Amino acid sequence: MHGPGEFELSRRGILVGGAASVAMTAAPPIAEAQEAASAGAGAPVLARVTLKVNGKPHTLELDTRTTLLDALREHLQFTGTKKGCDHGQCGACTVIVDGRRINSCLSLAVMHEGDSVTTIEGLGTAEKLHPMQAAFVKHDGYQCGYCTPGQICSAVAVLDEIRAGIPSHVTGDVAGKPAMSAEEIRERMSGNICRCGAYSNIVEAISEVAARRKA
Amino acid sequence: MKFTTPAGTNPIDQGKIVGKPTPRIDGPLKTSGGARYAYEHNEAVKNPAYGYVVGSAIAKGRISAIDLRDAKAAPGVLAIITADNAGKLTKGSFNTAMLLGGPEIEHYHQAVAVVVAETFEQARAAAALVRVDYAREKGAYDLAASVDSAVKAGGNNAKVGDFDGAFAAAPVQFDQRYTTPDHAHAMMEPHASIAAWDGDKLQIWTANQMIAWGRGDVAKTLGIPKENVRLISPFIGGGFGGKLFVRADAILAALGAKAAGRPVKVALPRPLMFNNTTHRPATIQRIRIGAGRDGKISAIAHEEWCGDLPGGGGENSVAQTRLLYAGANRLIGQKLAVLNLPEANAMRAPGEAPGMMALEIAMDELAEKLGIDPIELRVINDTQVDPEKPERPFSQRRLIECMRTGADKFGWAKRNPKPGQVRDGRWLVGIGMAAAFRNNINMKSAARVRLDGSGIVTVETDMTDIGTGTYTIVAQTAAEMMGVPLDKVKVKLGDSSFPVSAGSGGQWGANSATAGVYAACVKLREAVAQKLGFNSDDAVFAGGKVRAGKRSVPLADAAKAGEIVAEDVMEYGDLGRKFQQSTFGAHFVEVGVDIATAEIRIRRMLAVCAAGRILNPVSARSQVIGAMTMGAGAALMEELVVDKRFGFFVNHDLAGYEVPVHADIPHQEVIFLEETDPTTSPMKAKGVGELGICGVGAAVANAIHNATGVRVRDYPVTLDKLLEGMPEFA
Repeated sequence: MHGPGEFELSRRGILVGGAASVAMTAAPPIAEAQEAASAGAGAPVLARVTLKVNGKPHTLELDTRTTLLDALREHLQFTGTKKGCDHGQCGACTVIVDGRRINSCLSLAVMHEGDSVTTIEGLGTAEKLHPMQAAFVKHDGYQCGYCTPGQICSAVAVLDEIRAGIPSHVTGDVAGKPAMSAEEIRERMSGNICRCGAYSNIVEAISEVAARRKA
Repeated sequence: MKFTTPAGTNPIDQGKIVGKPTPRIDGPLKTSGGARYAYEHNEAVKNPAYGYVVGSAIAKGRISAIDLRDAKAAPGVLAIITADNAGKLTKGSFNTAMLLGGPEIEHYHQAVAVVVAETFEQARAAAALVRVDYAREKGAYDLAASVDSAVKAGGNNAKVGDFDGAFAAAPVQFDQRYTTPDHAHAMMEPHASIAAWDGDKLQIWTANQMIAWGRGDVAKTLGIPKENVRLISPFIGGGFGGKLFVRADAILAALGAKAAGRPVKVALPRPLMFNNTTHRPATIQRIRIGAGRDGKISAIAHEEWCGDLPGGGGENSVAQTRLLYAGANRLIGQKLAVLNLPEANAMRAPGEAPGMMALEIAMDELAEKLGIDPIELRVINDTQVDPEKPERPFSQRRLIECMRTGADKFGWAKRNPKPGQVRDGRWLVGIGMAAAFRNNINMKSAARVRLDGSGIVTVETDMTDIGTGTYTIVAQTAAEMMGVPLDKVKVKLGDSSFPVSAGSGGQWGANSATAGVYAACVKLREAVAQKLGFNSDDAVFAGGKVRAGKRSVPLADAAKAGEIVAEDVMEYGDLGRKFQQSTFGAHFVEVGVDIATAEIRIRRMLAVCAAGRILNPVSARSQVIGAMTMGAGAALMEELVVDKRFGFFVNHDLAGYEVPVHADIPHQEVIFLEETDPTTSPMKAKGVGELGICGVGAAVANAIHNATGVRVRDYPVTLDKLLEGMPEFA
């Protein structure tokens, strides 16, 4: 889990990375750049990447354009992670990478060398549900089920974020500890769309798990 | 089995399992990622290729040239299908436009090609290399500008008495226009299919609400016998009417698979869905009501103007006005203009959803004009018979009880009828209500039931579960009928090799499909009784046993020598014509409107529903809160914005087409009135999934008016429409 104390470090990381990518794009001469462009229509560029998915390493030879989402769904058969929009607009593809939830459709698989990825299949199974999964069943926190894995992965990470003191848009005092409230949960879950409209039930499911773990 | 007379007492009335709050039996699969949706049948389909759809860049015209050279030369490409090489395609019975366009283009993003390649990435990259030249033609894209060209259309044109005379003579006259914009289903799972050929047999794993319609239209479109087509759709990631029909993904996957000689997967990219598939069309509605000072309606007229592609239909937003309120003189009409926008079609509660958005604001406005409480106005104009045919009673109609119960529960008495009076900090607070109304429809539906030697009952029907909870209510029905616990029932759905069901649409699924299961179970009970030597009329099925008199035998014993299979179909007589079968409800909404910015927040929502027997209160409640959520979206944010120059929906993704998110929706309450309707089926149930959306938009709009005093008649009610009329504040 990335605590608030690490914010500065990651910001510095972004600055460093930003400078490096500027240098890289500026460096190749035009001829090389054109070659690189035409390579887009040529043979796909493959790269080897090892992902640790639900605790188990998987090494893949992937087209570098493959998203983390498609690597999971099409190459590793973890179809529990859903493709709803492929544009980071719906949250159905939410997975937990190194403790933090991300939209796996907005991330290329090759960016995740050595990363630990937790998908819905890694939280629990139909026979042995994770408490959040069981709460969704109990509160009917879904209907068609397509956004559900993303909602559940997001919910698990949201509770960790609140506990870690990471503020949200609705946190009154950003220096204080955010409340484990329905309002905080609704705000933080708003990147996960449920067109069936199970929100009221989903918030009750998450609140129940939050209260249980607090006790 | 034919249902021709109202149901008497039957095993469903025991209510040991049916009617009990039951968590979904498919819940553990859905929450653990084990439910397989259309694009995910990786165990069944090895080594698939990937198809990527290219959509038309114009709304109307012709393809003048198509250059596939670069695309064909791109790595991994196996085949490219266009209208040039697809062979003869016939438009499906349920489609308005061709699913593969060219050379003629009928709407923007109509599919013009599918590129099939070894990988998704290769197919997508090659699809971007397909170069199409178009000859654009002038089209009509503006509904308001097309009103004069609209012609009488649809099934809701009716005149009773003398509307013009009665309206002119009425002491109080009300006349207003309302508009609702185009809406998108925007279900979470994109339309997706995997197609595989085995010789001339075609199998498609797809996302489809109506398996038998789909099978028929796949066969018709491709020109192959229906018997050679199998559709499989065990889990569907939302439909709302958007998956009632075969769409381009299924047809292009089939064509691609044929050409590539391999199974092919096709999912519509999200940004293609809004213009490539169907949507709920925009409406312009005029409502006129003539009433006495006592609130009694003497004249009511509701007219609709709508647009669609040639051969399409209107929205039918006037439908509910034929039945909801009394009044001796009535005028109902609908007119349809030709628009060259994407294909208009059914979306959750077609007709009533946008119709009630207008009618129930009109009733609120009329109540204000009369100085009568909005609930009382509706009570005064209640009718227990079809107003057009007074000899035809409603089978059940408890609208008044829904409104009174809701008023009590929601604290309606505390509402200040004068708008703009209630403040809570920076918020202006308002309360609004609306009636809910949606017809009940019964559809012929069949099922097959198997009993095996271990006492397991397996139900097979091509019925679908689009999130509605079908798996569970089908299991509850079979368990109740056969006298076994729920975990002894297995349910198999969404396969065209199973008996043809009602399918999911028009809120007919729950009652119709379970009635089909009921019929099959009656047959199975007879077969079991016979096998065990009971008189089937005397046999009681309970506790996993069959009992008559003092003799009791385990149910499983009947299948010891081999599985027993029974199949039947439930068909309907004329009860639906003798009685008007409808579902009723009342919506209550409290909103806060920011005094300075006019930002609107929904604070509380309640629906009270009377919809026959509620088969599973858990999933029925979810259907209603989901519909309330979609209704809140229609009230506050949902609008496909039309580019009137080029003829397409501009906001064609989930960032531009806004739907409600968690932060928009408060805790929601639902109350079901205890009710059974013996005229609908032996289940005595009715639909409820669409009732929940009917009226909720108007309840939101009425609450906003109560909060601010601003009346918005053009949906969605966004803050820019409120700002000018907002009350002054210090």
